[in-house]
Amino acid sequence: MASTIFRSLQVHPFLLYPTTFLRRRNEVFHLASKATQSQTDTQQTKVTTSSTQSKKLDKIPKDYEAIIGIETHVQLSTLTKAFCGCPYSYGSPPNSSICPICMGLPGALPVLNSKIIDFAVKLGLALNCNLAFNSKFDRKQYFYPDLPKGYQISQFDVPIATAGFLDVDIPVEFGGGHKRFGITRVHMEEDAGKLLHAENGNYSQVDLNRAGVPLLEIVSEPDMRNGIEAAEYAAELQRLVRYLGVSNGNMQEGSLRCDVNVSIRPIGQSKFGTKVEIKNLNSFSSVSRAIDFEISRQVQLHSQGREDQIVQETRLWEEGSQRTITMRKKEGLADYRYFPEPDLPAVILSQEYVDGIKNSLPELPEIKRRRYEQMGLSMQDVLFLANDKNIADFFDATLAKGADPKLVANWIMSDIAAFMKNEKLTINEIKLTPEELSELIASIKGGTISSKIGKEILFELLAKGGTVKELIEKKDLVQIADPVEIEKMVDKIIADNPKQVEQYRGGKTKLQGFFAGQVMKLSKGKANPGLLNKILLEKLNSKS
Amino acid sequence: MLLSTLQTPRSLSRLTRHPHSFTSRASLTHQTQTLTPSSPSPPPQSEILSIRHALLSRRASAADLVLSQLARLRLAEPRLRSFLHLPDDDALLAHARRLDARIAAGEDPGPLAGVLVGVKDNICTADMPSTAGSRILEGYRAPFDATAVKRVRELGGIVVGKTNMDEFGMGSTTEASAFQVTANPWDESRVPGGSSGGSAAAVSARQCVVSLGSDTGGSVRQPASFCGVVGLKPTYGRVSRFGLMAYASSLDAIGCFGSSVADTGTLLHAIAGHDRFDATSSKQDVPDFQSHFVAVSSLESKPLKGLRVGLIRETIDDGVDAGVISAIRAAALHFEELGCSVNEVSLPSFSLGLPAYYILAVSESSSNLSRYDGIRYGNQVYADELDSLYGGSRAQGFGSEVKMRILMGTYALSAGYYDAYYKRAQQVRTIIRNSFKEALSQNDILISPAAPSAAYKIGEKKNDPLAMYAGDIMTVNVNLAGLPALVLPCGFVEGGPSGLPVGLQMIGAAFNEGELLRVGHIFEQTLENCKFVPPIVVDDIAY
Ligand SMILES: [Zn+2]
Repeated sequence: MASTIFRSLQVHPFLLYPTTFLRRRNEVFHLASKATQSQTDTQQTKVTTSSTQSKKLDKIPKDYEAIIGIETHVQLSTLTKAFCGCPYSYGSPPNSSICPICMGLPGALPVLNSKIIDFAVKLGLALNCNLAFNSKFDRKQYFYPDLPKGYQISQFDVPIATAGFLDVDIPVEFGGGHKRFGITRVHMEEDAGKLLHAENGNYSQVDLNRAGVPLLEIVSEPDMRNGIEAAEYAAELQRLVRYLGVSNGNMQEGSLRCDVNVSIRPIGQSKFGTKVEIKNLNSFSSVSRAIDFEISRQVQLHSQGREDQIVQETRLWEEGSQRTITMRKKEGLADYRYFPEPDLPAVILSQEYVDGIKNSLPELPEIKRRRYEQMGLSMQDVLFLANDKNIADFFDATLAKGADPKLVANWIMSDIAAFMKNEKLTINEIKLTPEELSELIASIKGGTISSKIGKEILFELLAKGGTVKELIEKKDLVQIADPVEIEKMVDKIIADNPKQVEQYRGGKTKLQGFFAGQVMKLSKGKANPGLLNKILLEKLNSKS
Repeated sequence: MLLSTLQTPRSLSRLTRHPHSFTSRASLTHQTQTLTPSSPSPPPQSEILSIRHALLSRRASAADLVLSQLARLRLAEPRLRSFLHLPDDDALLAHARRLDARIAAGEDPGPLAGVLVGVKDNICTADMPSTAGSRILEGYRAPFDATAVKRVRELGGIVVGKTNMDEFGMGSTTEASAFQVTANPWDESRVPGGSSGGSAAAVSARQCVVSLGSDTGGSVRQPASFCGVVGLKPTYGRVSRFGLMAYASSLDAIGCFGSSVADTGTLLHAIAGHDRFDATSSKQDVPDFQSHFVAVSSLESKPLKGLRVGLIRETIDDGVDAGVISAIRAAALHFEELGCSVNEVSLPSFSLGLPAYYILAVSESSSNLSRYDGIRYGNQVYADELDSLYGGSRAQGFGSEVKMRILMGTYALSAGYYDAYYKRAQQVRTIIRNSFKEALSQNDILISPAAPSAAYKIGEKKNDPLAMYAGDIMTVNVNLAGLPALVLPCGFVEGGPSGLPVGLQMIGAAFNEGELLRVGHIFEQTLENCKFVPPIVVDDIAY
């Protein structure tokens, strides 16, 4: 069906007509007319030198402050699209997952996938929002070839969630600290399709696989002041949607898309500066770098008295050149002619339903971090462990078996993390279970095995699985903690190395290490090191 | 036998010329009217039941029936132009033979077996084009059947063709069809009404047994009135809209045409009920409407005793043809004879309905018609850049009425105008809904004319859109309130070779189509002086 109904757009070179993109909101076009590009090029060359390197906060000149707000689109990981039964999977062949409904064929009607409400309510609650118990869908109207119905089903004046906040711990290396960023609103909407442009620019084709895929749009208050804060906000949002299981949050695949609004103003000025929107941010670091670049660009213009050149526009972040370029100027406010979607009934939530969702929420990252902090873990450990829900779950499961938090944290963050990194595995893919990690730690702590042997066992468990007990037995790795047995070995080594004994007793006490090593070797590494050293010293020193 | 219409003196004179149109045995003044149900005049038959009996008694095969019906269809079609698309006879016969095979195997072929069903061209059919009467969809073939069509087919019905209509339902005459103008079977120089004019004309001329239409502001009821057939606009949500090309989503309803109340009810029963593909379709149970029907022979002397009928005062006022008013007053008297109490009721918000309707309908349509952009289907013009592609495709594809409504709707929804137009119209809608609720708490049904006049001449109002819009005054309020309404012919006015039919509109409470059908059935059977068969039908219909 698709092949007969779809056709190439024989629209001649799209690239030369930037005005055709004027009404487009949520999509990034890697297109800009040559004219506008060269215009901005000249601006760029003047500022790039001072602004591309922008990791550190002190790059923002002291007499200006930046006001940053973020609009995030999160693609929901529902089995089917928002209003039809089509599945969606990233990267499937064009127009392979479409039906009359998401193609917007005449007579087709949307029917809401109720999972979307579940997900929206989950995220709304997790963002500490007020929920609208009686909301609705609206139509946002504009023409674009990737928008099959000529309108996007969205929410306008009654979003499902409003007025929340998101707590973020800024990593130590970026100065640390706890920040709270306001959430203006969360609303449900459907995604549009994609345009595939021919390389020669002669035509474009429409891929509607993504059309109708459910999104949540999360609009922040303009509470961020620099790129790091914005990136951390976005990272926390990603963490949150992953914790909640509402999205895979993958930025490369476009499952989490951030558009940021940046303006600057001299410190002390209450009026906001002109807001510039930046798109095409495919990673947290590009969020951070793009914002810091943009702040510098605006500050530069402002401080040169050219603030009239900061105009309301949408700029694209160019990863290659590490700068933002003009994508389109905003000519007044677009009129989307919103009105209530008559094909869908109102979205009514009951208190009972909301309570049910509330009770089903997992422990959220912020609460987890505070709990870990109270265990006495360092902020670095806390952030590492809470970053990934699966790791946090592993950590918590290990603790549940009675292991010491700090020890578990150390094991996870050092050897286990290194193993996962090398083998490119996630914590769910390794063979080690929380039970065995806990057992391993207990075996070391209890003296059954040495920590050196512990590490050997760990790698065995990580790669092949099994239990600590089995491995210890199979490999005869139980630590030798019997003083009599150790004494025997010490005696043997002393007897075997008369020359070194003589040297030791002659004052070359550094040789103690040599003897300890020999005894350990003899015990195949199983001798309890403390006991070994104690007995060894007694023996070496007693005969002198 | 007694008379139920005050229009008879003029109409009666034509009886001798055209025995199929209506018959009358006596002419009495209404003061002396009484009902004599034992009268020998036969009630309007259910063609669907006749077909069923013929098939099940093996008196005729489905193939025979289809062929004879097709012959009648084709005979009238050049004069009426009711259909935009007709499938091959072979395809229809194949359907019929499958039914015959089922009958031969002793299976029930379904309640609509062998029934030819006309389908308005804005209702999707997978085996025929669906253009909504628009050039922009010329040749478009939907990949699916509308739910209503699917249900008709599942019950053995045979979709005989796609009927002509005003483009996207925007019009009252079929003159706004991009392809042809349908003629009224009662007078071929007149319009059949619209927008479902093709569906109404086809049933009226017996080109098909029943048909599906759509009613956004009266598009089933007004043509039913103009063509002298029964038309039913169900409660909003009663019938799935899936597969109906949207005009104004919050007002659109798929409706039914039949030559009798019984057939109309049977068709409604076939297509009604919840559909998981339409979020606005209701989960209300669908009662067996047939069980509401009482045969005329078993009627009591006052079969509608106790029924409270409200005649909407504002609908028999200035601007309504005197002939129409007297036909409706006669119908009111007929209700009284049947035992009803008839009172005039006032709906002060009635006149607000028209402007509110037009604002809401054009607003929604401006949005619903956005998808016709020439990108994925339909006619596309070649253009150098995107805006020209959109502009060109839509400029060439849409007719002027559609363009005008898109422009009005776009204006009404624009920032700065939304509150003054769309929002206020919604507020008026709430007022209207409440006033109907109030009126229906004191009356079981409300009655009114279905249109201010009988069918007018082709071209008469073509250049006067406001006059045409004003013709919708009787029907739009019902869509705004989401209520069911049944239109059935109740009398005649002067015009054409044998008089022009006048439709009575009966409005009921939400989801109470059963009551409308029951009352309509009794009304129809006891209205003995009138037989609403247009002059174009020359042969007897026998199955
Ligand atoms: Zn789909």
